[in-house]
Amino acid sequence: MKKFLQKWTPPLLMFLMALWFFGKIQPPPEKDFAFTEFGRLPVVFNGRVKPLDSIARNALLQLREKQTLNLEPWKAWNEKPKIISATEWLANVMMNSAVADGWPVFRADNPDLISLLKLPEKGAQSDGKHYSWNQIATNNEAFERENVRVQKIAATDRTAYENAVAKMHERLGLYAQLKNTVQPEGATDWAAELNAFEKLIPDAVAAAKAQQAGEKFDEQKFNQFAGYISAFQYMSRMEPPLVLPPAGATHDWRRVGDALLEAPRGGTVDDFTRDYAKMSSALVTDNSDDFNAALHDLQSKLTTAQQPAIAKARAEQFFNQMEPFYNAMVIYVLAGLLAIFSWFNLSETLRRSSVWLIWLALGIHTVGLVYRMVLEGRPPVTNLYSSAIFIGWGACVLGLILEKFHKNGIGAVVASGIGFITLIIAHHLALEGDTMEMMRAVLDTNFWLATHVVAVTVGYASTFVAGFLALIYILRGFFTRTLDAATGKSLARMIYGIVCFATLFSFVGTVLGGIWADQSWGRFWGWDPKENGALIIVLWNALILHLRWGGIIRERGLVVCAIGGNIVTAWSWFGVNMLGIGLHSYGFTDAAFKWLVFFVVSQLAFIALGSLPGKFWKSFSART
Amino acid sequence: MLIKKTVALLTSLKLTVTLLAFSIVLVFIGTIAQADEGLYGAQAHYFKQWIVVGANFFGHKVPLLLPGGYLLGVLLVVNLICAHIYRFEFTTKKLGIQLAHAGVILLLVGQLATDLLSREMLMQFTEGETRNYSESATDYELIFINGTEVTAIPAKLLKPGDELNLSSLPFTVRVKNYWKNSDLSFRAPMMRSAPPVVSNGVALDFDFTNAPEVKSSEQKNVPSAVIELAVGKTPLGGWVASDWSGDAALIANVQQGYLQQVGAEMAHNIATRLAAPQTVEVAGKKFTFLLRPLRIYHSFSLALVKATHTVYPGTDIPKDFRSRVQVQNPQAGENREVEISMNHPLRYGGYTFYQYQMGAGEMFERAGQTPFSVLSVVRNPSWLTPYVGCAMVGLGLAIQFLFHLVKFVSKPKAK
Repeated sequence: MKKFLQKWTPPLLMFLMALWFFGKIQPPPEKDFAFTEFGRLPVVFNGRVKPLDSIARNALLQLREKQTLNLEPWKAWNEKPKIISATEWLANVMMNSAVADGWPVFRADNPDLISLLKLPEKGAQSDGKHYSWNQIATNNEAFERENVRVQKIAATDRTAYENAVAKMHERLGLYAQLKNTVQPEGATDWAAELNAFEKLIPDAVAAAKAQQAGEKFDEQKFNQFAGYISAFQYMSRMEPPLVLPPAGATHDWRRVGDALLEAPRGGTVDDFTRDYAKMSSALVTDNSDDFNAALHDLQSKLTTAQQPAIAKARAEQFFNQMEPFYNAMVIYVLAGLLAIFSWFNLSETLRRSSVWLIWLALGIHTVGLVYRMVLEGRPPVTNLYSSAIFIGWGACVLGLILEKFHKNGIGAVVASGIGFITLIIAHHLALEGDTMEMMRAVLDTNFWLATHVVAVTVGYASTFVAGFLALIYILRGFFTRTLDAATGKSLARMIYGIVCFATLFSFVGTVLGGIWADQSWGRFWGWDPKENGALIIVLWNALILHLRWGGIIRERGLVVCAIGGNIVTAWSWFGVNMLGIGLHSYGFTDAAFKWLVFFVVSQLAFIALGSLPGKFWKSFSART
Repeated sequence: MLIKKTVALLTSLKLTVTLLAFSIVLVFIGTIAQADEGLYGAQAHYFKQWIVVGANFFGHKVPLLLPGGYLLGVLLVVNLICAHIYRFEFTTKKLGIQLAHAGVILLLVGQLATDLLSREMLMQFTEGETRNYSESATDYELIFINGTEVTAIPAKLLKPGDELNLSSLPFTVRVKNYWKNSDLSFRAPMMRSAPPVVSNGVALDFDFTNAPEVKSSEQKNVPSAVIELAVGKTPLGGWVASDWSGDAALIANVQQGYLQQVGAEMAHNIATRLAAPQTVEVAGKKFTFLLRPLRIYHSFSLALVKATHTVYPGTDIPKDFRSRVQVQNPQAGENREVEISMNHPLRYGGYTFYQYQMGAGEMFERAGQTPFSVLSVVRNPSWLTPYVGCAMVGLGLAIQFLFHLVKFVSKPKAK
């Protein structure tokens, strides 16, 4: 019986977690309004075709750092607060803003900002963190005054409060953009208004012509029409998503505002605009049948020419629903805990369970990675977000390889630990907006993204693996008695092997970067901060190897140096971007900077700990 | 004894390690300093330098003494070569290491050669224009043209207080002032509060003033020289020769700047006055003079046929920059069109032409401006070294790594 349990527990655990994952993939059933189906509509935003679902999720991430909306955030989770999906929220923002403007969708953490906006504190109808458009807009004047002042300050010189103001400004801007996607914001019965506008066109055009010719004209109709036009111009100026699909050679993807401004020329309104208007009026009157019928009409009008866009939108919506990286992260945590426990009770079953779970997590991680690549038509790493995903993936593969050969639970902890941490980092990077943004002209080359970027990223991943192994060495050696001589030696061997691997990839990646630069700018090496960051990793790894070859450092020296690898890699990965200079600067994020400082300080502490004499180490004193 | 010690030092691993450690420190400091000194400033201060004295650290001056990039590079090369010669043995075990280190030597030497030999210039043209020369982005020259005779004085020689006598010029050039960067403003007739800097030419209509040098690689210094010409002891008068009046793009900017303030007609008038050639007549010879970027003439010419700048729909994220260029080389009987775009340079006649900047696209054309393109022109005789060096190190490390991997994989099994 015991043997049976030992043999079958790991696969059973994996099977259960796999079931859990597949259960989460299923989209929630449509109750009355077909919001999930609505989320599959293809639109263009940030320069690419995507489903409305992506816009909804990304917008919620930017506004409140979650992919769903909690309508009653003041309730504890066991009081069952009402939570709605991103697409339901977006549909209401775009078409029923009278209701959506009252939902607590803006997250505000900064106490000074909260008091500037005179927002309520934590209480019966407020959690003191999430506020609605209506609550914020009531004190718009004070906010605008502060915002004007803050916008003049360079992003790097702002205080936490000023950052919060700038961020809120961005959030409000995004919200206002979305409100103007399918109708002028504040329209209450848009279908009727649109009809009225269309009917008005012939008379209004006649009136406008007469006015220009200096003849007598229908002033009332002229003014009514001018009112419409200025509302549409405002819509267009807000640059909301382009929701109207292209029509042959006549036009490309369009914004509703632009199409409505064109309408007087042709005399009629775009069919898609009309369908969205029908959905809007149905949503306001809470008529789900009409809403679904209008949505169906709209879908049936999408022609075969839009088939690729429809397919892409559906695929991406499925990807969003799957949340592979989030789910993989949860499994990594579980696997990591199991592996750490296995160090202490030396249970082979625990260790094997952990490895099986890591395989599952890695499988999901891989599916996500490949799915993204196919969606984008790009190599794995295109921006900071995807570099985090890929570093985690690479480290996990390396960790599993180590586990395969050493079978001591160390590779498993490395795989799940780095997998988890990098996916957490990716999750926070996703708060900045669309993670599948289009590539700027100079980066638009799959060859170099596939070679230089991948090689450098593998270099990062392996340097982190070496550093993580070193952390395990110190943690186990200093605080526990589990680091016996054999484990210590095998850890050092792993670190050495990984440092060799890291040197190869970071060197090749860095030089390939130079060759890319030579191809596109005419200089092989320009001392750009990101180039320098990569160079430091190469030099550091080379330094470790030469120190080891010269016998200047031995086991513990190697361990301490490998932790230094964590610092130089974190510096190259994030630090140089924060300098705000050079060709690779992606912008400065305050929170990321704090975490970087924290990380570097913690690593320095580990280096100090690692350098303490052997008598302070629990494991070393246990050996004699 | 001493020789032995020197050899031991030069071939030692300790030296390698020390040099690597210093390199890391230098690269780190030189990166941070870019925030204060700009990319080019930091390059000159830390990397293209033998000894580094003092550093900038997030706006603070730090007193320190460090070996510079050149010194570290040369020492590393010496160390590597000596160690190679001293310890060279041809075994399969060492093959990867030997190859990798030979590659590193090549990379270091190649980078030094690039630093010394390579030239970076710009070629700027609007659609329809033909160029048979490239211009320096940083160096200028003062030019005197008399018919086909051209006399050029490099701006480096223009030091305030100097007197230049050239055999090809029938007059002396006295340098009153030379500003590496300058500002200008139009001397509106109503608002002339002070007399002009000098009493001739463009300076009558514009005030030129010294401006702090810009450091970022995206901004441009616009130099101006205040000169006085004289025949013997008799002065002919003072002039301002400035890049402001020579660069079409700058003139267009000035015109654009005054458009709102004074209206289209006056702005056009201002631009015309700024661009008006300045001349001086001595002994029946008429000399036109100007300050312009240093030129390198080519034996061929390029004509800009079309400049295209596309963006992703509904955004202003650039998707593609592309110049269609006609290569005209009468000697070779060549006359063909090629496309130069990001990541696809043109290599021709020992030069490489890269897409650098562009003014084109929908917005630009709607404003009624002729699209222009700026190519970066690079001549680097050692451009191949990094390719070869990289291949050698990559291959060497791969061999060595596989060697280790095989050992690593086979060992636990033996247990």
